[in-house]
Parts: sequence; C-alpha cells; structure tokens
Amino acid sequence: MLTQLARPVARRLVALIPVLFGISLLVFVLNAVALGDPARAMLGQRGDPELIAQIRKEYALDRPLWVQYATWMGRLLQGNLGRSYHQQRPVGDVIAERFPATFRLAVAATAIAVAAGLGMGIAAALRPGSAVDHLLMGAAVIGISTPVFWLGLMLSLLFAVWLGWLPVSGYGDGALANLVLPALTLGALHTGTIARMTRSSLLEVVRQDYVQAARAKGLGEITVIGKHALKNALIPVVTVIGIGLADLLVGAPLTETVFAWPGLGRMLVAAVGQRDLPVVMGAVLVFAVIYVLGSLLVDLAYLVIDPRIRRD
Amino acid sequence: MTERGPFRHHGVQVGGALVALFVGAAMLAPWLAPFDPHAVPTGLAAASLRPPGPPNALGTDALGRDLLSRVLYGGRVSLLVGVGVELVAALIGALIGLVAGYYGGWLDGLLMRVTDTVMAFPSLILAIGLIAVFEKPGIDKVFLVLVLLGWTTIARVVRGQVLSLKTRDYVQAARALGVPDTIIVFRHLLPNCLAPLLVAATIGVGGNMVAEAGLSFLGLGAQAPTISWGAMLAEGQTFLAFAPWVAVFPGLALMLAVLGINLLGDGLRDMLDPRLKR
Repeated sequence: MLTQLARPVARRLVALIPVLFGISLLVFVLNAVALGDPARAMLGQRGDPELIAQIRKEYALDRPLWVQYATWMGRLLQGNLGRSYHQQRPVGDVIAERFPATFRLAVAATAIAVAAGLGMGIAAALRPGSAVDHLLMGAAVIGISTPVFWLGLMLSLLFAVWLGWLPVSGYGDGALANLVLPALTLGALHTGTIARMTRSSLLEVVRQDYVQAARAKGLGEITVIGKHALKNALIPVVTVIGIGLADLLVGAPLTETVFAWPGLGRMLVAAVGQRDLPVVMGAVLVFAVIYVLGSLLVDLAYLVIDPRIRRD
Repeated sequence: MTERGPFRHHGVQVGGALVALFVGAAMLAPWLAPFDPHAVPTGLAAASLRPPGPPNALGTDALGRDLLSRVLYGGRVSLLVGVGVELVAALIGALIGLVAGYYGGWLDGLLMRVTDTVMAFPSLILAIGLIAVFEKPGIDKVFLVLVLLGWTTIARVVRGQVLSLKTRDYVQAARALGVPDTIIVFRHLLPNCLAPLLVAATIGVGGNMVAEAGLSFLGLGAQAPTISWGAMLAEGQTFLAFAPWVAVFPGLALMLAVLGINLLGDGLRDMLDPRLKR
C-alpha cells in the first residue's frame, strides 16, 4: 500500500510548489506596496540616517525588487519572518505564542462539527421527507447562513449573560468552560455543511444495488446503514470536512474577537489596527500555509479511504 | 424527475420572499425609516439605550439613535456592497474564465495558476491582510478588496462551462465557417454560461455581505458615519449585558438576508442545472 501511495502523494506535493510560491510572491508584493520604505517604517521619520542605511543594506532595499524578493525568501526559508514594529521582537515568536490557542479552538470546533454534523446528517437521511429531516436540515441551513460573529454574540447572550452557565469571554487559563462557546460558534457553519453532505451522500448510496441486496437479505436498518452504506457515504464527507478547514480559519479572527480569545486571528486584527505589517504578513502567510497543508492532508486521507482514486 | 416550476420549490419561495423584503426595505429606507438614522436626540441620557417600544420599535443605541432606522439604512450599505462587488467581480471572472477556457494552452495554465493561488488563501484572512495596506480602513477599501478576491469562483465556473461547450458541434461549425473569436465567445459561449454564473453570483452576493459585515465588525470596514450592520454589532457587543437589542437586530437582519440569498441560490441551482445539485 505504501508504494502504491508514494506516486500520488509525490504528485500532490509537487503541485503545491507553484501555489506556495504564488502565496509568497503575493505576500511580498503586498509588503512592498504597503511599506514603501521598510527602513523608515521600522525606525520612523526621524530615524538615524546611518541606521537606516544599514537596514537598507541588510534587507537589500537598495537593490532591484527581484533581489529583494530573493533575500526575503532566503530569510523566510530559514524561518525568519522579520521583526514586529509594535512589540520589537521576532514575528516568529509572536506567532508561536498565539498559535496554541487558535489550534485548540480549531480542533474543538472540528470535533463538535464532525460529531454533530454526522449525527444530524444520518438522522435526517434515515427518514427523508419526515419532520425530523426538515427540522435538522432547516437547522443546518440556518447554521450555514448565520454570520459567525453574530452567532457568537447570541450564544454568549443566552448561555453567559442570561443563563450564567458559561463565561462570557476570555481564555480562562485554558479552562474547558471557556472553550465551549467559541468552539460551538466556530463549528456551527461547518456542522451545517457536514450535515447536508452526509444526508445527501447517504441517500445516494442507499439507492445502490448492494444496499438493496443487504436489505433483501433481511438485515436490520441499523446494520444496513451503519455497516454497509455509511462507509461509502463518508467519502464525499471527508472532502467537505477539508473544505471546512478554510471556514475555520476565516472564522478564527471573528470568533476570537467576539470571545477575546488570545489566538492568531485576534493578533492579526490587532496588528492591522497598529499597522504592524511584518506581523500581518507573517500571520497571513501562516494561515495560508496551514490551509494549503490542510487541503493536502484531506487529499491524502482521500487516497487512503478510496482505493479507486489511486489508479488515476 | 418530476416537473418542477419555480414556485413549487419551497426554498426559492422563502428565499425569494426574504430577498424581496430585504431589497425593498433597503431601497425604501428613506421613506420607511421613522427617524433620521444619524440624529442624536437632545436630552441624550433619557434617549440612550432605550428598549424596544414606542416610539422606537427596535429601541435606541448608546447615542439615542433609532435602531429601526439604522437597521433599514444599514441594509443599503449591505446591499450596495453585496451586489455591487458581485457585479464587478462577475464581469472580471467571466472574462478570465472565457479567455482561459476558449484559448486554452499556456494562457489557460497561467490564469488558472493565478486563480488557484488566490483561492489558496482563506479569503477573509487575505482581505484583512489587504486592508492593512491602506492607511485608513473604509467601505471603499472593502469594496476594492472584495472585488480583488471575489472573481475566482466565477472564473472557474465559466471556464469549466466553456471547456465543455467549445467541443460542441455548433461551436466547431462556427469556427470552421471562420466566425471571429469575439462573436463565438460572446454570442455562442457566454449565453450558455449564464445559468451557472447566475447561481454562483447569487451565492457570492451573500458571501460579500457577510464579509463586509465581518470586516466592519472588526473595525476594518465601514467607519462612522457610514451605517453598517457589522459596525452596529461591534457597538452592540459593548452593551450586550444590559441592552442586547443593539446587537440582536442588526445581526438578525443580516442573517435573514443571507439566509434568503442562500435559499434562492440553492433553489436556482436545482432548477437551472440539476447536475450541480449537491
């Protein structure tokens, strides 16, 4: 199986190179357009001319743009994202400090979305057209259409302000209670898409001959669905879970702002407010790379689940 | 498949009704709004954060401004950004998709690489990054950034359609007869791309509205005195504990509008192109 997988995996890794290159180019151009002269941006208008000259040399700012890009790229490949203007320390450190909170939130949101989405989708597909089906799919559409920041505010109003069950906001030193509302908020859209995909995929599989055969053999509905239909129905669901990763990343700045969650998203928003461009660039780059690697993982999961794809 | 007209489809009905309500309210805001949405009443202390009830059907905000009037006017900004951005983005996307699909070769390869790269970013993250380029945020920058990021889906949809259309006999025949490319593209290919384009653009409008509200919520979009639902929500968050209506109503309006657009888009897709049905 490993040798069978090696070729498609290698092909996908190679296909990543132009995308990653494009991302870096885009971020660099952004940087160049926004900053004008990074040396002045770094030291301010009254910066010591000698120091400015030194920085210009160090960052190759006196050379053509493509040399600047190569220099920047070289630093980037060594993991050097530059220095934050605002905090006066390496951008890498700032990001590393904020990353765990976002990661924790994203994992919790995914767990909730996959569990709830699969459950809702299966329950709806068992009785298509029934009241339960309509109710669950209605909830899914509402989950997809509700803007994440408003949902966060409403959940916070209900469960924190009115009922007082959970904290309104904050990280709470990593307490589980603080994680619940942000994770529910961030996972809602994802839950809706997974539920819809599970339902439609399951309904399609159930129509196929082998499922009919299993029914004809006299197997119970639970065995038919759970043992025979679900496994094939889940293949497209994996894709949706992967696409949902983008939603999680997009939702992060909003959810983290609503709940004062000390993650990458809130850091990005704050950095834009402070015009701390190295941090903005670093965060955008990190988000993009996480996203691209996430899609790759989903592709690979696909290869493992569905042997038919390996042949193409 | 049984025959399905547009009005036998529940989603389209509900969606269409919500969209009509939203568009109507936004267009007629100057006549429907009971108060001037910017007016700060004299005797501020008494007017500030008044709960829903006469004369303020949805209550007032911290500055004593009528919330119903502000929600109505906020719809105009939302509609303008949602539809306006999508019109420009669809135009750009359709052109890119037509050119890439019709000419193929290296041009197609290049254009699709660019599309892939833009799509490789989670869009709101890139939008936030792009906003940072400007000295000051504002609704005009939001418009520009959303156009820059919004054309990719349309380009992909149109390109895919063109790829399958250009092998059809009638297109081959037109080519063999020496019909100029521009006529083939605009008279024969484009009209046949309109159905999927319309579906993608409808969904896109909802996405633009949510993006605008999200950016404004983060303080990176509309700035006062521009009235935006997102900015109103940010204000509402401050008073959530004792004046929840300030946050409830603008968000509810946004949710219903986006829900309507999504239902309409889903319904249109089912009607216009059963193959795209998910």
